[in-house]
Amino acid sequence: MLFALVLIPLAFAGVAFAVPSQRWRPWLLPLGGGAHLGLYLAALRQSNLSALDGWLVLDPLGRLVLGLISVLFLLSSLYAPAWLALRPGRSNRVFCANLLIILSMITLITVAHHLGLMWVAIEATTLAMAPLIYFNRSGRSLEATWKYLLIGSVGIALSLMGSFFLAYSAVGSRLESSLLFEDLIRDAPQLSRPWLHAAFVLLLVGYGTKMGLAPMHTWKPDAYGEAPGLIGTLLAGGLTSGAFLAILRFFQICSAAGEAAFARPMMVALGLISMAVAGVFMARQRDFKRLLAYSSVEHMGILVVGVGIGGTAIFGALLHLLNNGLTKGALFLSAANIHRAYGSKLAAEVTGALQKVPISAALFLTAFFISEFTIVRAAIFNGQYAVAGLFLLMLVVVFVGMGATVLPLVQGEATPSRPDALLTRETFFNVAPPLAFMSLVLLLGLYIPPFVSSLLKDAVATIELR
Amino acid sequence: MHSVVDPLLVVILLLNFFLLGTTRLRAAIAGSAAQGVILGLLAALVHVSVGPRPLLIAAGAAFIKGLVIPVLLIRAMRDAGIRREIDPLVGFIPSLLLGAIALAVSLIFAQTLPVVPSQAGSLLLPASFATVLTGFIVLTTRRKAITQVVGYLTLENGIFIMGLSILEAMPFLVEIGVLLDLFVGIFVMGIIINHINREFSSLDTSRLSALKE
Repeated sequence: MLFALVLIPLAFAGVAFAVPSQRWRPWLLPLGGGAHLGLYLAALRQSNLSALDGWLVLDPLGRLVLGLISVLFLLSSLYAPAWLALRPGRSNRVFCANLLIILSMITLITVAHHLGLMWVAIEATTLAMAPLIYFNRSGRSLEATWKYLLIGSVGIALSLMGSFFLAYSAVGSRLESSLLFEDLIRDAPQLSRPWLHAAFVLLLVGYGTKMGLAPMHTWKPDAYGEAPGLIGTLLAGGLTSGAFLAILRFFQICSAAGEAAFARPMMVALGLISMAVAGVFMARQRDFKRLLAYSSVEHMGILVVGVGIGGTAIFGALLHLLNNGLTKGALFLSAANIHRAYGSKLAAEVTGALQKVPISAALFLTAFFISEFTIVRAAIFNGQYAVAGLFLLMLVVVFVGMGATVLPLVQGEATPSRPDALLTRETFFNVAPPLAFMSLVLLLGLYIPPFVSSLLKDAVATIELR
Repeated sequence: MHSVVDPLLVVILLLNFFLLGTTRLRAAIAGSAAQGVILGLLAALVHVSVGPRPLLIAAGAAFIKGLVIPVLLIRAMRDAGIRREIDPLVGFIPSLLLGAIALAVSLIFAQTLPVVPSQAGSLLLPASFATVLTGFIVLTTRRKAITQVVGYLTLENGIFIMGLSILEAMPFLVEIGVLLDLFVGIFVMGIIINHINREFSSLDTSRLSALKE
C-alpha cells in the first residue's frame, strides 16, 4: 500500500514523460492525483501501515499531512490543463512529469521513518521544483530559480549535517547509531545532549529554510513571484508542509528526550521573527504575487509558534496547517487568474479586478481575510502573555499592510489590460479549483468533519508524546 | 589507521585554504575535485573492516566528486568563456583570514562535543566543520555562479567527512540516494548556469538583481 502511494505517481510521471501529445499530457495530472487520493482514502481504513522494516510507516502525523497534500494536488491539477492550453508553444513534458515526481516525493516525506530517506525525498522535491519555477523562461524567473536552488541546497545541506549530528548523538552514548525514527524515539533519553542540541539547531535552520522561515526566507518572494500560480500552490501548501512535518519529527525526538524546553523558545522566536518580517514587507508591497510569498512566511511563522507554545496550541497549529494549505490553493490560483487577465502583477497596473475577473477577485479578497481569521482560531496561548502580545501585534501589522495592498487591487475602476494578457474571461476550469479550495476552507471554519478531527487529535497525541 | 587518516584530513584543510585563495576558476574546480578523491580514499580507509559496502560508497563518491562533477563544471566554464573570479564581495586575503578563523572555531567547537574513544584526538570532526564553513564562505562571497557551485560542493564535502564517522546509521540505499541527489543537484545547477550565461551573456550573479524589495 505504502509502496503504491509512492510509486503510482512516479509511474504516472513516467507515462507523462513518454506521452507525445502536448494536449492530452496535462490530463495525466488529475488522473495521477485522483489515483493518489483514492489510495490514500483506502490507506486510511487500515491501521498501522508499515513496510521495509519500519522504514516506511504511515503514522497519524503523516496521515494528516498526506491527506492535505493529496487534496491539494488533485484540486490544483484540475487547473493545469486549461492553463497549459493557454501556452501551446511551450513543451509541458518536464512540467507534468516533474509535478508528478514531486507528488511522489512529498508522499515519501510523509511516510519515511528513516530520517536519511526523508532527507533524500526533501532534496528530491527541491530539485524537481527548480525547472518548474523556471517555466516562464525569463531573466527574472532565471534569477528566482538560481536563488531558490542555491539557498535551498544550502538549507538542505545543513539539515543533512543535522541528521548526522543526531546519529552521532547516539554514537556518543555508545548506542547503536541509527536514523530510524522509532529507534531514536526509544533511545531519546540516552542521547548525548550537546549533539542533540546542535542537531536540532541545524535541522531547524535547514528545514526552516525549506519552509521559508525568516531570516532564511529570502528565496521565497522571488520564487513565488516568478513561478506560475499552480507551482506557487504546491510550494506554499505542499513543500512547506512537508518541511514542517520534518521539523515536527525532530521536535518529537527532542521532546521524547525531555528537551522540549530547549526546542520551544527557538521555535517561538523564529516564528515571531517570520511574522514580523512578513508584516514589514507586506505593507506597501507593489507586487501581489510577492505579497502571497510574505503571507506564506507569516503563516509558516504561525505554525512554528503554535508548536513552540505547545499544549492545546499544537491542535491549533495543525488545524492551521490544513487551513493554510487549502487557502494557499485558493489564493495562488485566483492570483494567477488576475495576473493573466491583466498581464501584470504590479499593484500599480492592476486595480478593479472585481470588474474584470469577478469570481477570482472575490476569491482573492476573501481568501486573504479568511486566512487571517483562521489564525485567530489557531492562537491559543496557555498563559504566555508576552508571546500572545507580540503575536497579536504582528497580526495587526500584517492585517493593515495586507489591506492596503489588496483592497485597491480588487475594488475601483478596472485598469486596462496589457496587450500580452492571456486570459479574456473566466471559465469553469480556471475558477472551479480555487472555488473548491475556498469552500473547503469555509467548511473547516464552520464545521470540522469527525474524521478530520480524529486525524487531528491523533496527530496531536503523537507530538505531545512524552 | 589514524596515522593515514589525519594527514589526509590535513591535506583537505590545506585545500580549503587553496580554494579560498585562488582566483582561477579551473584551479578552484580542481581543488574541489582533489578533495573529492581524498574523501573517497578516506571513506575506504576509515571503514576498511566493515566489508565491501563502504568501498562501493568510496568509489562512488570519488567518481562523482572527483570526476563527473568537475568535468561538468569545466565544460560550463568553457562554454561561458570565463577563467577568473574577479572582484569578489570579500577579497582573497580577507577570505583566507576568515578561513583561518573558521578553522579555529571548528577546533574549539569540536572540543566541546563528546566523542567516542576511537575518534578522540582525531581531526575528523574539526576538519568536517572547517570544510563546511569554508564552503559557506566561498558560496556567500563570490560572484560567479560557477564559484558558488564550487562553494556548495565544498560544503557537501565537509558534510561527507562528518558522515564518515557514522556510517552505520546511513544504510547503503540512503547513502546512494545522497550521492545521487548531489549529482542531480549539480547537474540542474549546471543547466541553470548555462541559461544564465545565455540570458545575461555573463555568469556574474550580481547581474541577478532584478528581484528585490
